[in-house]
Amino acid sequence: MSIIVDENTRVIVQGITGREGAFHTDQMIDYGTKIVGGVVPGKGGTRTERGIPIFNTVKEAVDATGANASVIFVPAKFAADAILEANDGGVGLIVAITEGIPTRDMMESVRAVNLEGSMLIGPNCPGIISPGKCKIGILPGDIFTPGPVGLISRSGTLTYEIVDSLTRAGLGQTTCIGIGGDPIIGSRFIDMLKYFEYDPDTKVVVLIGEIGGNDEETAAEFIKTMKTPVIGFIGGRTAPPGKRMGHAGAIISGKSGTAQAKVEALMNAGVPVADTPHEIPQLVKASLGMTA
Amino acid sequence: MKIHEHQAKEILSRFGAPVPRNAGVALTPAEAMEGAIKLGGSCVLKAQVHVGGRGKAGGIKVAKSPEEAEQLAEKMLGMRLITRQAPQGEIVNKLLMEEPLQITNEFYLGIVPDRAAQRNTLIVSAMGGVDIEAVAEEHPEAIARMPIDPLLGLRDYQARAVCFDAKLPVEFIPRIAVILKQLYQAYLECDCSMAEINPLAVTSDGGIIAADAKILLDDNALYRHPEFLSMQEENEEDPLEAEAHRRGIQYVHLGGDIGIIGNGAGLVMATLDEVARAGGKPANFLDIGGGAKAELVRNSLELILSDPNVKGVLFNIFGGITRGDEVAKGILEATDKMDVRVPMVLRLAGTRAEEGMALLKGTKLNTCSTMQDAAAKVVALAHSAS
Repeated sequence: MSIIVDENTRVIVQGITGREGAFHTDQMIDYGTKIVGGVVPGKGGTRTERGIPIFNTVKEAVDATGANASVIFVPAKFAADAILEANDGGVGLIVAITEGIPTRDMMESVRAVNLEGSMLIGPNCPGIISPGKCKIGILPGDIFTPGPVGLISRSGTLTYEIVDSLTRAGLGQTTCIGIGGDPIIGSRFIDMLKYFEYDPDTKVVVLIGEIGGNDEETAAEFIKTMKTPVIGFIGGRTAPPGKRMGHAGAIISGKSGTAQAKVEALMNAGVPVADTPHEIPQLVKASLGMTA
Repeated sequence: MKIHEHQAKEILSRFGAPVPRNAGVALTPAEAMEGAIKLGGSCVLKAQVHVGGRGKAGGIKVAKSPEEAEQLAEKMLGMRLITRQAPQGEIVNKLLMEEPLQITNEFYLGIVPDRAAQRNTLIVSAMGGVDIEAVAEEHPEAIARMPIDPLLGLRDYQARAVCFDAKLPVEFIPRIAVILKQLYQAYLECDCSMAEINPLAVTSDGGIIAADAKILLDDNALYRHPEFLSMQEENEEDPLEAEAHRRGIQYVHLGGDIGIIGNGAGLVMATLDEVARAGGKPANFLDIGGGAKAELVRNSLELILSDPNVKGVLFNIFGGITRGDEVAKGILEATDKMDVRVPMVLRLAGTRAEEGMALLKGTKLNTCSTMQDAAAKVVALAHSAS
């Protein structure tokens, strides 16, 4: 099994004709994702080169295609509006790839999404993939393979790095989710851990955190109640306070958000925390009872 | 983005919040003298720097006459203000000139985004005029918080309640609640990522006024506020970071001797940690994002090599949708024409990494297949070369 997305996920793309949107739509189709439509205001009634129907509004697209997920590639200026339109259009799952959305817009959008009961993944994230079934976002599909490991991460390329090493070690994945590098995101570690805990096929979860905020600490409290084992890694151990390390959310403010505090919280919850990414496959194997 | 006190006060007064009468900023001692005359003879000179703790460091002086204002400005302009928050110091280029206040009471008002609550939160304390983080640590009970629903905004009852919680004197609460709403409106409409009035001063004549103010702006929202772009003062940032900013490169100067280039913030952070584990000191954080186009690589490498401390450079690239062989070509094209005198180590992984590595055989780039080997190699090469 897998969580959140699978072969029954029907996806529309908001911003399907933009440079990024068009390129990654092709990649998603090639991976096998059911892309059922696109939304570009003013281009409704036309089709993309690959024959995907385009609609003017999310509502029209959902009515015509039965889409239950939307992926957003629109520029930061228009991204919050796109999230709210998807939320209103009733797609249920919204994956926002866009980077650089103002914090005010995200606070309002996350609140609206929570009121509606939809799920938002991102923004500023690589997306979600259930290997062999469905990929939504910009993740490079060919490094993933089906298997028993669930993965949640605030980062993109570091996730690919770790997934690649898992796959090479013969450790496939149920679902991998990049939750995004922004301070205000729709789904946090704890939200995804709850899904993995109830997925019978996920035998171990890899949690990849980084400096900034306290989502890892909150997750650690929940992990204490979980049956599924969790392996952790925290990036930014050498980052100085007050400096934003690329991601808008990766900043140590005063004494809060340090890597040390996160590592400690996870270890107190019984989570083996890797010192470096290359230790992760061994730790996963050990938790699965395989010889390293 | 950081802005100065005088700019923050200008914003607050636009939203109706009371700020001290001022005579603008002085860039020269003569202007300080003129300012003092405008203000009626005596004036407060406040160094406009981006760091806190400037009072103790000599960045705030009271002049009793225009002549004294001139003399004080002579000393203050050009001084390097060293504070606890900025041990390397910040040069004072301008002074805000304000009317002196007779302060009888000091409070704290602030708004920050609370990441855990995913809402903006008001922070109020009766212990104003000191570093609020120190208050939070030593007297947590003296701080009241009120999270604000982003869809409902700040309501009157909330502004009152947080003041009562903070045990502010009851007679001042109606007026302070109004100022809190003005502060919130300014915070929201200007897309701030922090706004504080510290202290909010009660004066001997019964006035309530924002004696000092600090505002940070959300960089992601600057496109909505072209009026703030002129407030960007790159000369006060780290010169390497300022240059990176001009080139549009995601760069943070860290001060060590191993230059680092990678793709993706998380991967670069992990690379810094790996270099530190190998006994090196990272010179910087630099994220070239997806792709690794030759021009961006060249630009990034030039920037890193302009840091005189750099004794070795580590590239750590994960080929995802951009294939490893294309990345290798980009790096080769960029480095081929450059005269690089420090050792360079490249680690390439992911899609078509082996093909990429094969392209780099026999070039001046040392290659490694794992992050930890690459970190160890660049540290060893840098230290043996120096």
